[in-house]
Amino acid sequence: MNAHSAVDTTTSVKPEPSKASSRLIYRHTLPIRIMHWINVIALTLMLFSGLQIFNAHPNLYWGNRSDQGKEWLSLRAQQDAAGNLVGITRIGQHQVTTTGVLGVSKGSDGTPVARGFPSWLTVPSAGWLAMGRRWHFFFAWVFVLNGLCYIGYSLARKHLQRDIWPTRADWRGIGRSILDHVRFKHPHGAEALRYNILQRLAYLSVIFIFGIGIVLMGVAMSPRMDAVLSPLVEAVGGRQSARSIHFIIAWAFVAFVVIHVFEVLVSGVFNQLRGMITGYYKVDPIKPEPVTPVVVAQAELAPDPIVTEQTPIVEDPRRE
Amino acid sequence: MSDRRSFLRMAGMGAVGMLLAGCDRISQSGLGARVLGSAEGLNRRVQALLSPSSAMAKEYSEADISPVFHPNGTTMPDTPAYQALMANQFRDYQLQVDGLVSRPAMLSIDDLKKLDDRTQITRHDCVEGWSAIGKWRGTQLSAVLDHVGVSDQARFVVFHCFDEMDVDTPYYESVDIQEARHPQTLLAFALNDQPLPIPNGAPLRLRIGRQLGYKQAKYISRIELVSSFKSIGDGKGGYWEDQGYEWYAGI
Repeated sequence: MNAHSAVDTTTSVKPEPSKASSRLIYRHTLPIRIMHWINVIALTLMLFSGLQIFNAHPNLYWGNRSDQGKEWLSLRAQQDAAGNLVGITRIGQHQVTTTGVLGVSKGSDGTPVARGFPSWLTVPSAGWLAMGRRWHFFFAWVFVLNGLCYIGYSLARKHLQRDIWPTRADWRGIGRSILDHVRFKHPHGAEALRYNILQRLAYLSVIFIFGIGIVLMGVAMSPRMDAVLSPLVEAVGGRQSARSIHFIIAWAFVAFVVIHVFEVLVSGVFNQLRGMITGYYKVDPIKPEPVTPVVVAQAELAPDPIVTEQTPIVEDPRRE
Repeated sequence: MSDRRSFLRMAGMGAVGMLLAGCDRISQSGLGARVLGSAEGLNRRVQALLSPSSAMAKEYSEADISPVFHPNGTTMPDTPAYQALMANQFRDYQLQVDGLVSRPAMLSIDDLKKLDDRTQITRHDCVEGWSAIGKWRGTQLSAVLDHVGVSDQARFVVFHCFDEMDVDTPYYESVDIQEARHPQTLLAFALNDQPLPIPNGAPLRLRIGRQLGYKQAKYISRIELVSSFKSIGDGKGGYWEDQGYEWYAGI
């Protein structure tokens, strides 16, 4: 779940032999790394098999019932005047044509068929609800047991309390943290080892709101479990509401993963991946304390004076 | 930069494509399907632990009833036996109850009403994902089981149906004795205060409060008590089970 997860409090420093100036820090412990990659596999397969299950009835409702005409989201197929299948995505009263991707997309023989999500987003790729359910429920257990192990381990090792739960200082730094994120500015020194407030809030929400929420909403769709969970089902509005929320959280996970992978890419993909695969994360040498981060940035970006003298900006046609 | 981007996109699509192709191969292999299907036993045991066998499905109010109770699957059985009964408004219908019982019986709808008459407004959850709420009137299956006397060897109740899903492939379903004896397990003959409509399973269908729609067999012709359903159909305990769906349909 967390590519920069587990800043272990018992960090051991290993001097890198070739470059004495930078250090390799043991950042992610083995259990955290294993649980992270199990989670990647489980979430991916649950998303794809979940979309297969969704395709069996590609409409969402609020409440307990699926009354026709009351869908808030619907991926449907219609025939145009020429008899061609047209994919229609409807959200509330708004509808868009999404032929080729949503509502109508290519079947296994290449001809357009009516299906909610396309074959390249479902497991199995062909419409096969029974098998989609097998994948989904198998990896649901993997996800749940892995998640419980993660929470148990992180509590026992104080990883959650120390590295993820925000401190008062973290909250005070929220303005700066937001500014740093929108400028894609990432700390590179020892500061990078510590999660900033936005990371902490993101990880907490993903683990405790998305993670627990999606499992509860999944279980709330089970008729057997509803015999004891009916207060929860009614609290969210009904079984079809639970199905809608389950779907929304699934896409919230996708949104988290997109941002998470983006942050990994812009903050040094090689170093981050090495951290989550081998555990070791490289930290730049400690520099003399800068006056402010902005000054450092300007100093680094200062143009070479010789270059500016030789190529005046106004005379370069490419710059116009 | 754009080269690198298109390379990354190609690599990403290639990875997803390989993943999906791999998943398809696992789905089609017997071992892969069995391993994935092993979660069913876990679901059944854990659900039985968390939700006791005596727990009741929520019963709704009249205001919650679906305006249209969507009929799924067969909506008009075309077998001669069914067509003959239908021609006479099911007046000649008799439910056959046999197998591992002490007193096999043939029961008309009126006989069933004399055994027990219960009404419940419950939610129907289809494996496809949709739900509908209906008011069911019927006879508790447990009353029928008591009437015929279930032998000690019986472990499952099998429901044989009039409708054929394919040539010589009649619909059938099965539940264990515990689910069969649950108070909300009914042989229903009325929906929303009307005789059960043909699309919804006339003259008699099964209602189970806590399992998915495909367990709720329609057009029941015969109930058989068995110790094993291995020799019926393809041996998985139901028409949809034979197509790869779980026998335990609690989730």
